Amino acid sequence: MISLEGVSHSFAVRRGGAPLKVLSEVSLQVAGAETVAMVGPSGCGKTTLLELICGLKQPDTGTIRCAPAALMPQRDLLLPWLSALDNASLALRVRGVGRQGARAATRPWFERFGLDGFERARPHELSGGMRQRVAFLRTLLSGRPVLALDEPFASLDAITRAEMQRWLAHALEEERRTVVLVTHDVEEAVLLADRVLVLSPRPGRLIADVEVALPRPRARTDAAVVALRASTLARLGVNA
Amino acid sequence: MRPRGSWLAPIVTLALVLGIWEAYVDLASISSLVLPAPHAVLAALYTDRATLWHDLKPTAAEILLGILLAGACALASAVLLHFSGLARRALYPPLVATQAIPIPILAPLLVTWLGFGLLPKLIVIGLVCFFPIVVTTMSGLAAVDPDLVKLMRTLGAGRAQTFWRVEFPSALPGVFAGAKLAAVLAVIAVVLAEQAGSSSGLGYLLTVTVANLEMAEAFATVLVLVAFAIMLFTLLGIAERRAMPWIHERGNTQAR
Repeated sequence: MISLEGVSHSFAVRRGGAPLKVLSEVSLQVAGAETVAMVGPSGCGKTTLLELICGLKQPDTGTIRCAPAALMPQRDLLLPWLSALDNASLALRVRGVGRQGARAATRPWFERFGLDGFERARPHELSGGMRQRVAFLRTLLSGRPVLALDEPFASLDAITRAEMQRWLAHALEEERRTVVLVTHDVEEAVLLADRVLVLSPRPGRLIADVEVALPRPRARTDAAVVALRASTLARLGVNA
Repeated sequence: MRPRGSWLAPIVTLALVLGIWEAYVDLASISSLVLPAPHAVLAALYTDRATLWHDLKPTAAEILLGILLAGACALASAVLLHFSGLARRALYPPLVATQAIPIPILAPLLVTWLGFGLLPKLIVIGLVCFFPIVVTTMSGLAAVDPDLVKLMRTLGAGRAQTFWRVEFPSALPGVFAGAKLAAVLAVIAVVLAEQAGSSSGLGYLLTVTVANLEMAEAFATVLVLVAFAIMLFTLLGIAERRAMPWIHERGNTQAR
């Protein structure tokens, strides 16, 4: 579904300056319907990697083969002038579905995602958790086989984040997709993913590929989850 | 929600200014040729109401047509300049130049070239109103969140889709800010255009009354112009709230 071979990428920091290398020789494979989490220190190129997967950037070297991917950005980026329903159905409208058709197709999802009753609410009337759900639904309804989630819960408070992690685990179980989840929260990665890829500090290289062969649903207090979290943090050079 | 008594504040300000003005003119025995008292201006407003109404009509038509014309050209230009770096480099300096032309020099020239009709007035108003709308619309378009544009690309949107669904609505506050500026500037522009050569309109009336030393009548004419400018500004504010209810709902006062 996704295949990266020796991908490197650099930024031009300022005009004339030496380019800043953010990714170095990254190779990885993601199979269909697999959820892969990417963790790493700040500035290690996680977001750049997602943008490469989504085709928003081209690598300097290496090759990327990837099914079409839809991005769920860090901030929800809902359009303030559209209702929650119209925000969620944005991808359908972009694909040329009429307003009424797009709304009718989106409405059943609102019930499934615990958003019913908020169809007509504008984004500023929704809680942070609800906005992320609408943003996730918008990504899901893009109909693209790959979902690229960029720290989707980073802006939420700890309680809402825990709730949303449970919710996303459940939603992904019902709607199997290929998911690339970027996070700096190792616990989140272990709770949600089938595999955790660990990136080094900049320039990001792949330093570990951890299989999470744990049954679902997983709780953050499970001994296996705690142990895996500790060993992954150790690979990042953090003492748990 | 508007705070209660929001109409009271401007009325108190106005009453205070008028009171001081009236007291100054009466107590210091200022000649009405130098500064007419507010009561004399109001009296002139009443006595000359037929003339003022008669001359307001062509002026109002010129202002409205001028703003519409300037607005349409400005929106089209802002979009062109936003999308094309080449157009921006080629056309932005000349646009700034049009704004630096002294209108009191240009207006009589336009009358010489084009006569006493509607066209020279529209050109003057257009020149004055065009620029603020272009600048504020362009800054509105430039301020669009680049992450939103990226998001639209991953959802499969092309350039046109992204413009209509994201960039244009994001830039609307800028469009309205420019239109409100332009509405007020248009009133100044129309006076300069009419004074340069016309046989009717409030600018023409102003030329005649000042020449005849009818200062109270001249002030009454200015009063009508000011009232018209305030009306336009208020109507645009209402249209703004109608067009962008999401900003109003959020209780965001920045847009005012």
